[in-house]
Amino acid sequence: MRRIRILLAMLGAALLAAAGIATAQQPPIKIGMSMPQTGTLGAGGQAALLALRMWVDDVNKKGGLLGRKVDFIVYDDQTNPALTPGIYTKLLDVDKVDLIIAPYGTVPTAPIMPLVKQRGLLLMGNFSFQVNRTVKHDMWFNNSPWNDASSWSDGFFRAGQKLGAKTVAFLAADQEFAQNLANGARDLAGKAGLTTVYNQNYPPATVDFSSMIRAIRAAKPDMVFVMSYPNDSVAIVRAVNEIGVGPSVKLFGGGMVGLQFTPNMVSLGRMLNGIVNYNSYVPGIKYPGIEDFLKRYAKLAAEARVDPLGFYLPPFNYAIGQMLEQAINATKSLDHKVLANYLRKNEMKTIVGPIRYGPDGEWATPRVVQAQFRGVVDKNMDQFRKPGTQVVLYPDQYKTGDVIAPFEKARGK
Amino acid sequence: MGMFWELLPEAILFGILLGGFYAAVSMGLSVSFGLLDVPNVAHPAIMVFGSYCTYLLAQQGLDPIVAGVLLMPPFFLLGMAVYRFYYEAFERRGAEAGVRGIAFFFGVALIIEVGLILAFGVDQRMVEAAYVGVAASVGEIRIPLRMLVAFGVAVVLTVALTLYMSRTFTGRAIKAVAQDEPALRLMGADPVRIKQWAFGIATGVSALAGAMLIIVGPVEPALDRVYIGRTFAVVVLAGLGSMTGTVAAGLILGISESIVLMQFGASWAPAVSFALLLAVLGFRPQGLFGR
Repeated sequence: MRRIRILLAMLGAALLAAAGIATAQQPPIKIGMSMPQTGTLGAGGQAALLALRMWVDDVNKKGGLLGRKVDFIVYDDQTNPALTPGIYTKLLDVDKVDLIIAPYGTVPTAPIMPLVKQRGLLLMGNFSFQVNRTVKHDMWFNNSPWNDASSWSDGFFRAGQKLGAKTVAFLAADQEFAQNLANGARDLAGKAGLTTVYNQNYPPATVDFSSMIRAIRAAKPDMVFVMSYPNDSVAIVRAVNEIGVGPSVKLFGGGMVGLQFTPNMVSLGRMLNGIVNYNSYVPGIKYPGIEDFLKRYAKLAAEARVDPLGFYLPPFNYAIGQMLEQAINATKSLDHKVLANYLRKNEMKTIVGPIRYGPDGEWATPRVVQAQFRGVVDKNMDQFRKPGTQVVLYPDQYKTGDVIAPFEKARGK
Repeated sequence: MGMFWELLPEAILFGILLGGFYAAVSMGLSVSFGLLDVPNVAHPAIMVFGSYCTYLLAQQGLDPIVAGVLLMPPFFLLGMAVYRFYYEAFERRGAEAGVRGIAFFFGVALIIEVGLILAFGVDQRMVEAAYVGVAASVGEIRIPLRMLVAFGVAVVLTVALTLYMSRTFTGRAIKAVAQDEPALRLMGADPVRIKQWAFGIATGVSALAGAMLIIVGPVEPALDRVYIGRTFAVVVLAGLGSMTGTVAAGLILGISESIVLMQFGASWAPAVSFALLLAVLGFRPQGLFGR
């Protein structure tokens, strides 16, 4: 009996070893991308990259995809759109990657759209905005909670209308992404019958916003829609705190990128109070698996010195991996057309909730959160982990409170 | 048009403050490039390095301005070391040193930027102080104190550097080396040591300018790219090496940008720097205050 046991154990070990050799002999599945790790989008990009690496580790711990290990190849595009076509050409022709993921953001992604369309490649989008509008690539699947321009600012304008706003001021960065969004917001304002009393585009290298905030104050709008990039968002919030936007303003914010990033939130502290801004996720929203992900992420983020909370981008980047995993496992294929067909027809289960794609490769049902900062104090990161410092005003199914207006009152002034 | 006249006084006031800030961040370059003819394209990167050092000291509870002043001596020594290396590797080798020198200083800028990314990450950093995030009210007008501070520092730096250059032996030697290096050599002074000293001063001043940078707004490692064009525009517009000219050029740019922003839109504001520069150089190639 003992001999039989030993024999069985040896047989089992041999089988395991053989399986191991078989896996080792199979070439890895290569997934490649560029990610802004420096430059304007660098802070968000590094946090997003950490989440994607977590997914790669998780998948490899489970034995990889189709029995093959996953290799992840990433280059820094420095938030420079001129670099991304070259990086993706290298990924495809030199590194010979099997699948590609788009860099975080609209500006670095837009230049690679003609390339992927020409080569007929599946491209998982990464928080882009309307980069496929004119290209119309049928294998584009953007993972962002918005789809068209109105989905981004819809919640903000609905809140403004409920407050009886009649006039609006616009302040927007003079860059493709910001201008696309601002134009969508301007359309919404027009449809809502709002009169535009101030409309300013500013260049990316603007040093100080005091003059613009003063001009907004003089224009006396009911609501102010701001579409800014991270560096600008911080400078604008400071200028608002110094100059003030005046008692007429009921609602301020809308599309300020960067106020979702932990270091900025902690540094700005109470200056954030009253601002109503878009987000992708805030604590209190229940998505299956997201809390476990965020706990694991927090530990790794501390070591990697990236966004310690990671609410904005990391869960969505992890979800990109989950979608690829689901499509590959279901189809048992790496063929781009087969995978695209699956992604088009099926609902994806992810840590940012169920995702179904529309014909344009954007989320069929957008879920952009508009939340108001409340009761934020200085120098406290942990306050943002709890529900309440960002009260969800929109979408209705996740609403956790009503907007406080006017803006000065919401700021506690 | 009514709105224009209503906002004009404030636009001019904000322009003056912005111009003071531009002058403060250009002062070091005015010495290194304006007086010494060293193509120091790493000047904005050195300032950003100064901002991060200020940030570290501010984390220990130090006031950012005090931190900037304390950083001046170590930055002075750093500047002397950088110039000595530049001199030995490039300047003493003759005519092509200028072009290769630009490559050298681009390299220095890149090393600083990458070093800051490795040390601090790419997140924005800012400092807290009693004068950051608050404004002084003058009637209806609210003036951000951080901009007033930057303006004050620009004035103090200008006065200090002008007095130093005109009243001290070393200061006069620095001006002399800019005008006629062989003549200075004939007087028994060592032009290389004088230039090394002056480059040290330029770098020390950059440390204080770095403190202004992080007081005025958040910084990140690649911020130097925003300032490289503006600082060179201010120095060339001023007339190479003129301290009072640097303040005047900063003010002209600041006020012009502010008025253009108010009347024609912010997108046109950066173009003002270079349009003004071209216009002035067309009529006065030596700059506004150059000889």
